[in-house]
Amino acid sequence: MEKIFFFYFAFVIATTSVLVVAMRNPVYSALALLIMFFHVAGLYVTLHAEFLAAVQIIVYAGAILVLYLFVVMLLNLKQDDRYHRQWPMAAAVGVTLFVEAIILTVMKGWTAPLAATGTETTVGEAGNTEAIGDVLYSTYLFPFEVASLILLVAMIGAIVLAKKDLGEPTES
Amino acid sequence: MTVPLFYYLVLSGIVFLTGVMGVLLRRNIIIILLSVELMLNATNINFVAFSQYFHDVAGQVFVFFALTVAAAEVAVGLAIIVALYRAKSTINVDEFQLLKW
Repeated sequence: MEKIFFFYFAFVIATTSVLVVAMRNPVYSALALLIMFFHVAGLYVTLHAEFLAAVQIIVYAGAILVLYLFVVMLLNLKQDDRYHRQWPMAAAVGVTLFVEAIILTVMKGWTAPLAATGTETTVGEAGNTEAIGDVLYSTYLFPFEVASLILLVAMIGAIVLAKKDLGEPTES
Repeated sequence: MTVPLFYYLVLSGIVFLTGVMGVLLRRNIIIILLSVELMLNATNINFVAFSQYFHDVAGQVFVFFALTVAAAEVAVGLAIIVALYRAKSTINVDEFQLLKW
């Protein structure tokens, strides 16, 4: 039963991710990405990460994608883009990654999977959200503050980059 | 957990590879940013799958941080796109070759 769900989600995720790259119109690409985000959230639910599924929908589908669509429609693009002439580079990177994946597939049976060691925090006793909050505000408190600083810097940077020259003194 | 971890890794690899292809092949800078989002989501799938596999909630915390960085990247990236469009009124990356030698 879980496999049926997994294969459904995996199929839709793979298809829509190809569509994101292949679509000619950026609006269609963004909408394909929206479908992919929802299915990734579904995959998180099957992995017992309910809090992350909710955050995925709220942040990615609700905030990030709306920002993308806003910019796409603000710029009002003509559809004159085609693919790059970077086929050799793309082929080199793609073949390298593909060979790596095949090698890892072949080597799968050679190494025993690591057992969970020592410091793990158990999931699921007190609920997913409570477990995440417990770890986030104790062990990872400093990275949490750094993340808030990153958001502040990004906000200031976006305002400075996107505004017109408001701050320049008006010389005659 | 009836679905083996290996399946999640293959799915994540496929999505990541698609993102790399999008970055390398497309000319539209918005599609390039969307492909970067694809790659971030591939890593997030990996993190959550490993988190479930090892029964360690730290992986989900790292997905949380990756999401923060993704949001920051989108804000700054779209601001750069708007600034570029204002400067040259195109978003085809072949047109921006000022730093190319």
